[in-house]
Amino acid sequence: MNDRVEDGAAGRSAALVWAVNIAAAALVLLWTIPTVGLLVSSFRDRDQIITSGWWRAAFSSTANDFVRAGTAADQVQEGDVFVISGNVLPSKAELKSWGVSSKAPAAYQPGDIAELKDGQRLTVSDKGDYRLTSPTAFPEGRGMRIFVTTVAPPRLTTGNYARVITAEGIGRAFLNTMTVTIPATVIPILIAAFAAYALAWMRFPGRALLVATIVGLLVVPLQLALIPLLKLHNQIGLNQSYLGIWLAHTGFGLPLAIYLLRNYMVGLPREIIESARVDGATEFQIFRRIVLPLSFPALASFAIFQFLWVWNDLLVATVFLGNATDTQVMTGALRALLGSRGGDWEILAASAFVSIAVPLIVFFALQKYLVRGLLAGSVKGG
Amino acid sequence: MDQSLMTQAVSALSTIVIGVFGCVGWFWLSNLALDAALPPRGEKIGRNLALAAAIRPWLFLGPALIALGVYLVYPIFVSIWLSFHDTRGDAFVGLANYRWLLADSKFHESLRNNALWLVVVPSFSTLCGLIAAALTDRIRWGNLAKSLIFMPMAVSFVGAAVVWKFVYDYRGEGQPEIGLLSALVTHLGGTAQAWLTVPGWNSILLMVVLIWIQTGFAMVILSAALRGIPEETVEAATIDGATPLQIFFRIKVPQIWGTIAVVWTTITITVLKVFDIVLTMTNGQWGTQVMANLMFDWMFRANDSGRASTVALVIMLLVTPIMIWNIRNANREMR
Repeated sequence: MNDRVEDGAAGRSAALVWAVNIAAAALVLLWTIPTVGLLVSSFRDRDQIITSGWWRAAFSSTANDFVRAGTAADQVQEGDVFVISGNVLPSKAELKSWGVSSKAPAAYQPGDIAELKDGQRLTVSDKGDYRLTSPTAFPEGRGMRIFVTTVAPPRLTTGNYARVITAEGIGRAFLNTMTVTIPATVIPILIAAFAAYALAWMRFPGRALLVATIVGLLVVPLQLALIPLLKLHNQIGLNQSYLGIWLAHTGFGLPLAIYLLRNYMVGLPREIIESARVDGATEFQIFRRIVLPLSFPALASFAIFQFLWVWNDLLVATVFLGNATDTQVMTGALRALLGSRGGDWEILAASAFVSIAVPLIVFFALQKYLVRGLLAGSVKGG
Repeated sequence: MDQSLMTQAVSALSTIVIGVFGCVGWFWLSNLALDAALPPRGEKIGRNLALAAAIRPWLFLGPALIALGVYLVYPIFVSIWLSFHDTRGDAFVGLANYRWLLADSKFHESLRNNALWLVVVPSFSTLCGLIAAALTDRIRWGNLAKSLIFMPMAVSFVGAAVVWKFVYDYRGEGQPEIGLLSALVTHLGGTAQAWLTVPGWNSILLMVVLIWIQTGFAMVILSAALRGIPEETVEAATIDGATPLQIFFRIKVPQIWGTIAVVWTTITITVLKVFDIVLTMTNGQWGTQVMANLMFDWMFRANDSGRASTVALVIMLLVTPIMIWNIRNANREMR
């Protein structure tokens, strides 16, 4: 009796483990599929992207299209017949069936002969070579339509990447983004570290008020700052320049930086700092020799935050750097592509992947610090 | 091209160097100067020490306070000033911008949409995050699963817009659907349509993108909170015969309400500022306008600093309750 009860419980918990695993797998799948779709698409050929879903990338794709045969100008006389010949197949595709009218676009198999009006005949071989014959000369006019159903083998290419990096300005935008991101990450860290030390370990009137102000500034919407600062930048001659955007990102990143670093520094052991003070170390020495090295994890978390935020930002870059092609950052370039080249899927997919590759690498390599930072500073939004 | 790239690289590097050395130089030199002016020795040592201790924090804080003042505090006041002025900020127009705002139909649409975003995105992100945390904490490959669900956090909103364009795409009748959603709907016997132009639903589809991004954030924070729950409470419930679901909802969730609130408010702030997704996916057309994009419209397309500032101030006003709540929490922790 007792055994059976335990069996039941074990059975139920094994079933539970299965259910949890399956549910987790479903969730993970749901969350990764959109990105996988983009990744797969970025390696596909232009024609294939628009004729079949990316999930069919590993299979052959069938496409329906029509090709115009040559015109009267192309005809050759062979004995007593006039001939127009050529090929209907795109490279590497196979012909499945063909036809001569839009009503029956797949009426004939490769090799069949179609009898047309006025004694004309058309045949299309399985290699896609067609031969249109007529007992009389072809009149002037547009070439006739040959409808083809083709099967293209799966084709993956890195050509899209080569193209966007060299020809579509994404390579340039990548460098611009780097130029914006690195100084905009380094400078706020330094300024914030000193301020955080003062707020954590120095006594002065108004300290609590300052901390409260910084917590408040964490959530100030950027939108509020754009117009006044753009006016200011124009007045002092910064206009839309790298210096302007570095300063802007520094200002906008500081509240989080100070908040995160102060929270971390406050938690450092009091005895170390007190004993250094007793030994006659100046505040500057304590900061540089003790607090800064000990705060490395917090510095790293903020650096990752700020890096991701600046790299992924569109708003600040649009306002403070503008949309000129020689200074455009990657998010801006991508937005422009979405607008003007929305139909060029292969360009869009490859560009998007170039732009998210660096954040993804940083993310997977330094996730530990990112999580730690999130846990310490989950007051900040966007 | 190469020439200009080189110049650019050099200027970026020199900014880093100047910026870094400038900052370090300021802190170092200003401290030296203070020590020289008020030496901690001699007959006035007591007075000098006290004075130096009073001044030094401000040397440390100086650059940060200037940057915060110029880039975050000053704009608040200028925006308020601008909101009472005309298009170019020249003439005082009193409450005209606010009157226009209250009557504007696009503003009403934005308010309605923002309200919807505020309800849907934080609740679903938090819920999905909670479920993800609960599931991934119980499986062996939990860390991998967490990484993958967390990954969209690293993707830019514009990048996410492209990712989801491939999901929402609609080709039109008679053509093979290449968008996942359309293909799925067609496969299940429904009719695919141009999803992003269907009023009502299109906003929901945009929200899905943000939920996709924010769930990882919620999961990471909530997972840490769940692991912080004392074992005894769970053990006691298990002995009393509670099922896993009961334990989760009756024992664990009530203990992490504080964390859930933090996650909720953080996502709420992100939602209020949501801009890139709407701009790049629909540009506020087909009834999807939101406040941040409306502000951008008035700022760049209409070049109207008065109205744009007024819209920005509304966003600020909506954020304010959360700001006050955060400050009160921070003050409580400091005590």
